[in-house]
Formats: sequence, C-alpha cells, structure tokens
Amino acid sequence: MTDIAATDVLPKPKRDLAPLALPVVLALLMIPLIGSTSSWVTLTVASLAMGMMIFIMASGLTLVFGLMDVLNFGHGAFIAVGAYVGTLVLLPLASWAQADSLSANLAVLVPAAVLSMAVSAALGLVVERVLILPVYGQHLKQILMTTGGLIVAEQVLYALWGPQIIPLPLPTALRGSFILGDIVIAKYRVLAMLVGIVVFAGIVLVLNRTKIGLLIRAGVENREMVEALGYRIRRLFLGVFMTGSALAGLGGVMWALYREQVHASMGDELTVLVFIVVIIGGLGSITGCFVGAILVAMVANYGGFLVPKLALVSNILLMVAILLWRPRGLYAVTSR
Amino acid sequence: MSALLTLSGVHTHIGRYHVLQGVDFEVTQGQTTMLLGRNGAGKTTTLRTIMGLWQASSGAITLGGDRIEQRATPDVARLGVGYVPESMAVFSDLTVKENLLLAARNGPLDDTQLIWIFGFFPALKKFWLSRAGSLSGGQKQMLSIARAIVEPRKLLLIDEPTKGLAPAIVMALIECLKEIKRRGATILLVEQNFHAARELGDTVLVMDNGTIVHRGEMAALAADVPLQERLLGLSLEQHQ
Repeated sequence: MTDIAATDVLPKPKRDLAPLALPVVLALLMIPLIGSTSSWVTLTVASLAMGMMIFIMASGLTLVFGLMDVLNFGHGAFIAVGAYVGTLVLLPLASWAQADSLSANLAVLVPAAVLSMAVSAALGLVVERVLILPVYGQHLKQILMTTGGLIVAEQVLYALWGPQIIPLPLPTALRGSFILGDIVIAKYRVLAMLVGIVVFAGIVLVLNRTKIGLLIRAGVENREMVEALGYRIRRLFLGVFMTGSALAGLGGVMWALYREQVHASMGDELTVLVFIVVIIGGLGSITGCFVGAILVAMVANYGGFLVPKLALVSNILLMVAILLWRPRGLYAVTSR
Repeated sequence: MSALLTLSGVHTHIGRYHVLQGVDFEVTQGQTTMLLGRNGAGKTTTLRTIMGLWQASSGAITLGGDRIEQRATPDVARLGVGYVPESMAVFSDLTVKENLLLAARNGPLDDTQLIWIFGFFPALKKFWLSRAGSLSGGQKQMLSIARAIVEPRKLLLIDEPTKGLAPAIVMALIECLKEIKRRGATILLVEQNFHAARELGDTVLVMDNGTIVHRGEMAALAADVPLQERLLGLSLEQHQ
C-alpha cells in the first residue's frame, strides 16, 4: 500500500538552489576575466572533469561521516591503494592499453577499475573492523587511528612498490582531444565527467528510491531510532564504509590516469582536498559534496590560470568564504 | 493472566550515575501498565534499558520467556517490541510514507492496518507525501505512534506521548491508545498527564530514585488522594 492519494501536501520547504547556482555563476563570471572563449571552455571542462574525480573520491567520505559520525583521516589510503592496484592490471597489460583499439583499451581499463574498487572495499572492511570499530563515538581516537592507518598504508606502498613515481600512460583511445573549432577538449576529461555523473546519479537514485537508501538517510538523521525499528545499522555502516572505500579506489585509479603517474603520497595529498570538499559541501550531503567538488576544481583551474600564485591557497580561501556564508557547509544535513 | 515482560533487580549506570537501582516489575499480557513518577525518577531510562538503548549493568529482563538484557536494540525490536521515544524521533527528512515504510520491517505496508491507523490519525493520510519535518508537534507524535503500530507488536513502550501537546490532540491520542488497547496490545506507558494515565492504565507502577516504590491497580491509585500525594507529590483531582 504505497499509492495513497494524499489529499493535501504541506508546503515543501523552499528548494535551496543558491549553492547549485554557485558553480554556474562562477563560470559565467570568469568569461570576461579569461577573455578567450576557447580557454574558458577548456578550463571549464578541466574543472568539471577534475571536480567529478574529486567527487568520486569524496562521496564515500561524506556518507561515512554523515551516517557513522566517523572522521576518517585515512580515506586517502583507499585512493592510493586503488591507484596502485590499478597498475597491477594496467602495466602488465600495457600492450592492450596502448593498442589502437577501443575494445582492447576497455578490456584492460574496466578490470583495472573493478579490481581497484574490490581491493579498496576489502581494505575498507579490514579498516572498519580493526581500526574504526573500537573507536566509534570517540572523535579524537578516530583521528589518531585513521591518521596512523594512512601513514602505515603509505609506508606499505613504499615497501611494496618502491619510492619511485610509477608512470601510468593513458590508454590510446583516451589520449588526445576532441577539437571543435578553437576549442580543445581532452578525451579523458569527458570520460571522467561521464563517470562522475553516473556515480552521482547512482548514489542519488539509491538514496531516494531504495529501502537501503531510506535507511541511510534515516540513519544519518537518527541512528538510534533506526536500530529501535529493528535494523542492524552496524551492518549498514560497514556496507557504506566499504562502498565509500571502493569509490575512493575508483577515484584513485582515475586520478592516477589523469596525472599519468602513481606515487605513494598521492593519498596523503588528496586527503586534504577531499576533506575541504566534504566540509564545503556540508557533512553528510551528497549534493553538497558534488557542488563542493566542482567549486574546488573551478577555483583551482581558473585561479591557476588567472593568478598562478594564488593557486596554492585557493582551496583554503574558498573554504573560508563558503563557511563564512554557510557555517555548516552548502547543504547541512546533520546537526553535527 | 501471564506476564509478558519481567524486570528483576535491574540496575543501569549512565556514565558515573547509577540511575536504575534494582527495578523489579511485571507487565501483564494484554494490559496497559502505567509507569509514573517525578522527573528524573528513571522512567525513560527504564524504557531505554528494556529496548537495549542503554545496557543494564545487572539484573534480568525477560520478554515472553526470552532473556533480553544483553541483546542489541535491533534484536529486541525484532522480538516484537515497538518503541515511541519521548522525543518522537520521526525522520524529518523523510516523508510520512517513507517513515512508515521503514517501520514496516517485515514487508510492504498493510492496507487494513493503514486504514485503521488513518481512522484515528487522518492527518497522516492527508500529509502522506509531506516531509515529516514539516508536520506539527501533534502530527509528529501521531506519526511516531503510527510507526510503532504499523505492524503487529508484542509489546509497545511509549514514553510520554502527550507531552507538550494541545488538549485536543491529547484527547485524540488517548482515544487512539484506547483503541490500540482494545485490540489486545500490551503497553508499558510512561505518562505525566494523570488524566491520560487514569483513562488508559490497568495497573500502575510508581518510580522514585531508580526503584519501584508502588505497584497496584490504576483505579485504586486514582481513588486514593493521600496515596497520590505521598507518591507523586500531587493529586489526580488537582490535575483535572
């Protein structure tokens, strides 16, 4: 019985579109500042692609915080592990990746992504059971444990793969650009945008159209009451943690291909960026995380083009500005 | 009639506070047992301890023959215990429909049960697709109770359902709880509203300082003004 005709609907809270409009406004404001249309399009596409990859990496973290109230400073480990695991497929099968055939390229790319996600999810299972479980509800200990976990993971990667940067060339089909007049759009960036949009749509669909999604949304709001209704939320926690880790792994391998290199400290470096996105977006908000990731990427790209020296602090400045405007982030979900 | 729920020597500590200090009582099958007492006496802690939301540090809690004091909250709920917390705890980001869908753990929502619920809570049908967060306080309480009864439960634990509500809503809630009672439900009800307590209670337990200091028939307590004054510090008559 779900087709009840509600005879009335209370006025819905006003849809908060301001954060969604922010990237659009920012992009439009940049047109006169950048001057050249082709440069603006290139920078905008680069921002969207970079934003989507950051979103993929950050989405799991925001759900983990929103639902489980866990501050996982070790999230970057899943990103780095995902990237390294990707090389286990991409490098031995380099001949397929460099073949002039889309199907051969995909035959190596898809398994690399799937394996990265699987290993990161498995690592997530171990981390949740060993590091997080004993410190639920204790933020300080969570920070210490997960930061320690990140350091250990980084050192293990150094021990296994060595300290050198591993080059990871893009598969042939993804190299090069689409050229539309003066506008040049890198093929890989288009793929990154598409994957990011699919991941975002998938998460939104699951959260809004499935019972698991209902439980996650309810759990973000009141974990205790979800348990009092008979649901074992710890299992849900574990599922969300593993999914978040898998997405970080996928983001890791995508980022490595974007940079065409892998190194052990990449997780460390990206952790800061991912946390900025999660804080800007509002802890626990997927839409906020999506918008926040695009904003961070836009500020980095536009800022790097217009005022290169500002690029180093642009993300921090963005975070300060957003938090002055909305102290709980663009879309505040939890009261935490 | 047999006891559905039994607490024997239950102690609960919250941090360094020793809140329940040896609670003993029984809730009889098919009856409504009122749990009364001053603020801070341990009523809410008792319900939360039964639900497993706070762990009993010692003592035994038995539900229909099963020991539950060490069980996790979801396992207690799965034994057929419905819980309506003092805070209502509706999921404000979810619609009325989604709140009830979550509460129907064993399958889709049952038509007959919903029609029955809409009979005394028409607002829930009216605002079926509205966000629970936009409901009034009384409507949220209705949703909270509806969530507990959307599927048949062995035992209902209800914590101060009339708290802070307008008199008209209180009357509607009392009628609803009477109807639930008529259907044979077993209820343990914490209530500060003495009118509601007298209307609904078969038996009564009075708590003070974490122990049960009185147990008996509700009607007997309602008729005994000196006893009310001694146990509760006021009389039912003054509360009419």
